[in-house]
Amino acid sequence: MNIFQDANRKQIAGRRRTDWMLHILFVIATSIGVLALCALIIDILIDGISRLQPDLFTNFPSRKAEGSGMKSALVGTIYMLLIMAPISFIFGVGAAIYLEEYAKKGRVTRMIQLNISTLAGVPSIVYGILGLTLFVRLLSLDRSLIAGALTMTLLVLPIIIVSAQEAIRAVPKSRRDASFALGATKWQTVSRSVMPSALPGVLTGVILAMSRAIGETAPLVMIGALTYVAFLPDGLKDSFTVIPIQVYNWLSKPQLEFKELAASGIIVLLALLLLMNFSAILLRNKYQKNV
Amino acid sequence: MPRQGLQTVNKAQTLSKEAYDFKNKRVSIMNKVMPILLFLCASVSVLTTIGIVVTLISETYQFFQKIPIFDFLFGTKWSPLIPPKSFGVLPLLSGTLMITFIACLVAIPLGLASAIYLSEYAPKRVRKIVKPILEVLAGVPTIVYGYFALSLITPLIQSIFNSAGVFNALSAGIVVGIMIIPMVCSLSEDAMSSVPRTLRDGAYALGATRFEVALKIVVPAAFSGIVASAVLAFSRAIGETMIVTVAAGSTPNMTANPLDSIQTMTAYIVQVSLGDTPHGTIEYGSIFAVGMTLFVITFLLNILAQYIARKFREEY
Amino acid sequence: MEALININKLNLFYGAFHALKDVSLTIPEKAITAFIGPSGCGKSTLLRTLNRMNDMIPGTRIEGGIAIGGTEIYSNEVDVETLRKKVGMVFQQPNPFPKSIYDNVAYGPRLHGITSKRELDEIVETSLKSAVLWEEVKDHLKRSAFGLSGGQQQRLCIARALAVNPNILLMDEATSALDPISTLKIEELAQELKDKYTIVMVTHNMHQAARVSNQTVFFLNGEVIEYSDTEKLFSNPTDQRTEDYISGRFG
Repeated sequence: MNIFQDANRKQIAGRRRTDWMLHILFVIATSIGVLALCALIIDILIDGISRLQPDLFTNFPSRKAEGSGMKSALVGTIYMLLIMAPISFIFGVGAAIYLEEYAKKGRVTRMIQLNISTLAGVPSIVYGILGLTLFVRLLSLDRSLIAGALTMTLLVLPIIIVSAQEAIRAVPKSRRDASFALGATKWQTVSRSVMPSALPGVLTGVILAMSRAIGETAPLVMIGALTYVAFLPDGLKDSFTVIPIQVYNWLSKPQLEFKELAASGIIVLLALLLLMNFSAILLRNKYQKNV
Repeated sequence: MPRQGLQTVNKAQTLSKEAYDFKNKRVSIMNKVMPILLFLCASVSVLTTIGIVVTLISETYQFFQKIPIFDFLFGTKWSPLIPPKSFGVLPLLSGTLMITFIACLVAIPLGLASAIYLSEYAPKRVRKIVKPILEVLAGVPTIVYGYFALSLITPLIQSIFNSAGVFNALSAGIVVGIMIIPMVCSLSEDAMSSVPRTLRDGAYALGATRFEVALKIVVPAAFSGIVASAVLAFSRAIGETMIVTVAAGSTPNMTANPLDSIQTMTAYIVQVSLGDTPHGTIEYGSIFAVGMTLFVITFLLNILAQYIARKFREEY
Repeated sequence: MEALININKLNLFYGAFHALKDVSLTIPEKAITAFIGPSGCGKSTLLRTLNRMNDMIPGTRIEGGIAIGGTEIYSNEVDVETLRKKVGMVFQQPNPFPKSIYDNVAYGPRLHGITSKRELDEIVETSLKSAVLWEEVKDHLKRSAFGLSGGQQQRLCIARALAVNPNILLMDEATSALDPISTLKIEELAQELKDKYTIVMVTHNMHQAARVSNQTVFFLNGEVIEYSDTEKLFSNPTDQRTEDYISGRFG
């Protein structure tokens, strides 16, 4: 007896054909994203590689494309990072510790948590508007390095808080118990037992947030990071520029030479991002081995 | 042995009273101060929100003292810098929505298809390569995408449509779409991978093929997560700034033609802040009114996405 | 009783792990055959080869053959979709789709090309009746399947499997997630169904095998240790290991 004899092989062949065609379609759709990234990188390399010379790093921008550089922008970006990193680390990690270790489950905590996830979805330019009003005008910091760094700190805080919370949550409860059982106080437990275990994860999150920050353009345009800065900032209240703004500036000029400069600026920016992401991945791998 | 135990007990009893003074002053100060300091850190986020809302409301209120709110919301001409000045936000809104629709038309189908591929079809090896690539795509700064639009997509569009200008909504919209593909993909994939394996098994055991399992079981079961990801994509596209500033132009224009130059709300804010507009002028106030509009729309969309994701969470 | 399934020197590997070793069995038609044995003995793996659900696990390799009704199921001649239509399966956890009761049962027939509303109505009714669920749900077929109790959900899953008109029904520990009363109902149902269907069940519960099945196969470490009439296997096992297992000395 053949139980398969009433099988409708034609119908099944049709469904298999549909499956096969959809499979191809899904592969194509997925490769579009991948190909877009390749196209973007190749396009930028072709346009910008010729300008990637010492001049780019040692010269200030100038009205002529020839010999124009991004020294002030590169230094500005690094200064921004140096100011932003410790501030956002302290406040971001502090908030995460509070929410994970201290906060009582209740309406206030829920509201703070909801607020953080909502803030993460606010367009970056709105932070620019806040920075412009709060730091530039009300605190009269003017269009300065510190105003820019503080604005960006507010922008990345939600990202840092969320990732730090995840890292803290990943520390097994047994470690806290062990510490408490030895007579440690809450703060001793948090600072000496929980945080050392969570630190690599926290740092990974901070680095990723920093890499988001150095690519941001819109908020800094808002608070008036200048597009033409032919000097290095000397103090916190000096005006400044950063790489993405320099790139934007070059990009908005009609001459082809400036477009090449923009591409080379992008190469530097992407290289910096790659470096940061790579160190984050290294940290993450180390972290996964330890926990 | 028992005798020794007894002795120990006796010894403990004779210890001075200090041994039972459990208070340790140095430690208890930290224990009292730290929670307060940490709470202050956490409250920065709330203060940020309050700051945003207060800033936007107070400046927008002043703006509406000069420009009637009705003219702002329903006016069809936006000409803030060149007289006769006019502050009707609809051209900016329509420009923003055009970019957003084009972006969603690109990002939602491609992102969802990628998610289905990665979650239902792709072998582990392929997933291990593709997912990091999409992560990189998500981390590329928007100014770089702006460059990409101007330097590659716009010429491509111009070679197909002769009428397309150097700045056009289509190019910017497509690139914004490419930028948000990873977001749609990863959120949808998360939703699909939380559909239990047993549901898939049940369908396969009835003789379903892969696409039938994917489209008739997994996608419907993960539908709320997928819709939430689409809403977030929409919100993200509305708030995107640099790509549209660089590639879509600065012509507030109520047009339905995606090959035209337009201006979005975000691009307008950048345009004004690039010029040296003094505080107190109507132009200065206008960026707050536009910013407020932008903030309210994206805020409502984000709340909607959270609501959808939570309310319609399937119980498997 | 006529043999319906012939398993011939079947070997199955998950990567390097040898999960089934030289399994040879014949399973009779229109009877209940139970697979018993401790966890990890290969009983579920063998069950899943009968409808080729193991195909989806990467790194699975199969040697030897399984013929159902004379057709080699791992040959290119057989569509896996048709095979699964003919060999239905019920799982350990009730796994109704997040759809209505009606759509759950109609899902399979629709897949296989039935679109007429009248025909679907009829299939849904007969399948639910066969699964002894009709009386409980006939007035709210449009309600979500998640509203049913665990036992009802499992009977719905049986109805869903019956709706595509299979010859064989595989039950993979189908009662292990249920309470005793629901378990009893499913067991009674299995007794009724064996007049029309060939049932192969994996069970963790020896008493269930003894109560319900006609034939019992005892597995250990991927091998068939003993295979005989249920009554004989439980009252008079030939192998010492079988005796140890059924008397509860391990497993």
